Amino acid sequence: MEPLHVLKEREPQIHRKGEAPFSIECNKDSLAGAVSQRACVFCGSRVVLYPIADALHLVHGPIGCAVYTWDIRGALSSGPELHRLSFSTDLQEIDVIFGGEKKLYKALIELIDRHQPKAAFVYSTCIVGLIGDDMEAVCKQVEKEKSIPVLPVMSEGFKGNKRAGYEAACSAMTRLVGTGDISGISKHSINILGDFNLAGEIWLIREYFNRIGVEVVANITGDGRIEDIKRSHGAALNVVQCSGATMDLATMMKKRFGIPNIRVSYFGVEDMAEALYEVARFFKDDEMLEKARELVRMELSTLLPELQKYKTALAGKKAAIYVGGAFKAFSLVKAFRLIGMKVVMVGSQTGTREDYEELEEITDEGTIIIDDANPLELSAIIREKDVDIFVGGVKERPIAYKLGVAFCDHNHERKEMLAGFHGMLNFAREVYGSVMSPVWQFVPRRVSEEKE
Amino acid sequence: MSKMPNYVSTTNACKLCKPLGASLAFRGIEGAVPFLHGSQGCATYMRRYIISHFNEPIDIASSSLGEKHAVYGGSANLKMGLKNVTAKYKPQLIGVATTCLTETIGDDVKMILAEYKDEFHTGIDDPLIISVSTPSYSGTHMEGFNAALKGVVEQLANGGEQNETINILPGFISAADLRYLKELLQDFGIAATVLPDYSETLDGEALNEYPLIPKGGTPLSSIRNMGRAKLTIECGRTFSGETAGSQLLKLFTVPLTRVGLPIGIRETDRFMDVVSEAAGIEIPEKYRSARGRLVDAMVDGHKYIFGKRAVVYGEEDLVVGLTAFLAEIGIKPVLCASGGKSGNMKESIANVLEGLGCEMPEVHENVDFYDIEERASDLDLDLLVGHSKGYSFARRQNIPLIRVGFPIHDRIGGQRLLHIGYHGAQQLFDTITNTIIAKKQDDSDVGYSYM
Ligand code: SF4
Ligand code: SF4
Repeated sequence: MEPLHVLKEREPQIHRKGEAPFSIECNKDSLAGAVSQRACVFCGSRVVLYPIADALHLVHGPIGCAVYTWDIRGALSSGPELHRLSFSTDLQEIDVIFGGEKKLYKALIELIDRHQPKAAFVYSTCIVGLIGDDMEAVCKQVEKEKSIPVLPVMSEGFKGNKRAGYEAACSAMTRLVGTGDISGISKHSINILGDFNLAGEIWLIREYFNRIGVEVVANITGDGRIEDIKRSHGAALNVVQCSGATMDLATMMKKRFGIPNIRVSYFGVEDMAEALYEVARFFKDDEMLEKARELVRMELSTLLPELQKYKTALAGKKAAIYVGGAFKAFSLVKAFRLIGMKVVMVGSQTGTREDYEELEEITDEGTIIIDDANPLELSAIIREKDVDIFVGGVKERPIAYKLGVAFCDHNHERKEMLAGFHGMLNFAREVYGSVMSPVWQFVPRRVSEEKE
Repeated sequence: MSKMPNYVSTTNACKLCKPLGASLAFRGIEGAVPFLHGSQGCATYMRRYIISHFNEPIDIASSSLGEKHAVYGGSANLKMGLKNVTAKYKPQLIGVATTCLTETIGDDVKMILAEYKDEFHTGIDDPLIISVSTPSYSGTHMEGFNAALKGVVEQLANGGEQNETINILPGFISAADLRYLKELLQDFGIAATVLPDYSETLDGEALNEYPLIPKGGTPLSSIRNMGRAKLTIECGRTFSGETAGSQLLKLFTVPLTRVGLPIGIRETDRFMDVVSEAAGIEIPEKYRSARGRLVDAMVDGHKYIFGKRAVVYGEEDLVVGLTAFLAEIGIKPVLCASGGKSGNMKESIANVLEGLGCEMPEVHENVDFYDIEERASDLDLDLLVGHSKGYSFARRQNIPLIRVGFPIHDRIGGQRLLHIGYHGAQQLFDTITNTIIAKKQDDSDVGYSYM
């Protein structure tokens, strides 16, 4: 097998468990010329705020940035669907020369009049950062005239990677928090942070919490509503999923309102159960804990027998994981274990050193841990490790498919519900449905194996 | 004709950005890697967008500019990026397209590239580097596509003694269209350079090894010889300004014949006549019989579609071709729209409709889907014809969408849609007619099992 072909500068961002003491570099700027799977600051902000369905999301910039993010996520709304439209100021040459403030102002007024949103987010893109538009001032003025929050999101693409975009999104939301009425909120109340209601997941999670007697004040941001976020400081606890995306908001709420937070994952059986237990433990309420145990018992009693079939079929198959945030990777490693599979590679776009350390701990010997990978590396690993299924986002899918490897979409664009107990079953089905397909027998890598 | 209201904001744009078009064009050249000079996000977004249509890997490199480069210029990163791409991909050509960011900070790419060649080119196996200026605040992906082709011929083609080949600049068509076109040229026995040709690079076979650069694409040696061809056929009626074709004429006096995209009967007839003349042979039997079968099918199906009212949207030249075809089969194009603004779409549509007895539809350039929907709300539509981004509109109107062009993000096989030639017209005809029949069947209480 040919050795993994990497640029020298990339070597510190790849680690093989067991071969050397743990070391990995991360959170570096992408290397020029290496085809990175990463996106930009704007992308980070856009994915976090996108699911807020009753807000206007206006992208201030040339057309591309807006058009590539039109309806890209499977984030569902139970009501308004303003988030599924793509609004742009579509800056033209003349705006670039003379500034885009006037156009931004007019566009905002026009769109607010047309859609009557509860708030407006205005995203700045690279070019806006350069031409020096005072977005803050324009937003303020429109806010005054239209009496809704108009929030600038300082997401110029070049100012860093997705992570910086998460921060920008959180600091925009920060301005909303604390402005709503919090009377009547139960003492057993939480905000759900970092779930984006892909395929309706947050509805399932909310239902679990309701069943154990917890009130959910705000969804941040899946199926999100401006009014809820405004009063989210009335909750007793922030329950944060997905390490990077909304942690900054939780940190701010802790500082300003003294609201503690816990980190959870709703993905995989163990993590889902643990999330419920932790919340119950936080409220120091035995009845709630008992309810949580009962819920888990009930869900597992139907889930586990159903999983068995998949487990038998998938035992020993090998998986590679490459996702946006590392936190999701932890859950995936465990979920694969639950269905009897081996994780041979795990990587992320934006993991931190601590994330990778934790991954190193929970993975098997020989597992490759990688930061900010590119297609060449990914494909070399697929071949070296003889991977049976690849988990990633849309940009990784064609690489897997081209090489004849099964694939499971675990990104913002997926249309399958993968969270919660029910989601675990869907996940197993997804994996099974791809790994067990008869098509692999025809792909070159299997055909040549047979010949050998 | 009613005027479009002039909104300031854009909602659900009916166009893409310029470097995306340039990247697609570069991808159609043998051994080439598209490279965006700008920040990382643009390249990643475009890759994702392209992948969702073609279901193929596409590597678009980026100079990944960060904040300090935005202030001090992107020269160093551009050079480092080129070096890295050269080391890793060993490309024959790197197609550098600028983005809004680097155009605005005013990087002088031509100069940087000259410096780069001085500093890093060794004289052995150096890739060619082509650059094209593609700020999206002036123009759409089609301008980017055309600008890249123009850049390629300007920077690569040589003149010299005329040879027997012809150049074909087919425009932005599907991978299946390109394969069909090449087969057609072979059937005419004519040596031709088709630029670009992403029929394999963006619609390849299942593989055992990840290709650094997929095989296929217009060979560089052919591009070099484009200045010596005896004729250029350039497809498109809405060009404004210089194009690859006009430059080949200007720089190397290669005669230029412009025809529309060969979509539908009459536009294909025109195209076939031009090719036939260039080849010096009659149209082969295969194509004459395909035309005959198409006419026969059109007769068989005409009743089901007569008078149906359609909106057509997308790239201007595609809209022109489709509008012509719809009119030929008795469907009424009532609104033709594009996010582009060549200024030539209306006249082009008038030209292709001439003699068909079809009323002139409303034609709007520089519009988005909000405009289209608003205009179309009282047009009593039966059909949408365009790429998959019209789906939400079609859904709200409860009318079928005939998916053509790019992107097709909600079905597989967009790259295998055949639009051009008599065979393409046949496929379009069957799809359109069957879609209308199916709609009637599904909507009916009875559910007849005969048409
Ligand atoms: S900045 Fe320009 S090039 Fe980049 S995505 Fe936006 S429109 Fe396209
Ligand atoms: S222009 Fe900037 S903000 Fe827009 S997509 Fe490109 S990197 Fe992101």
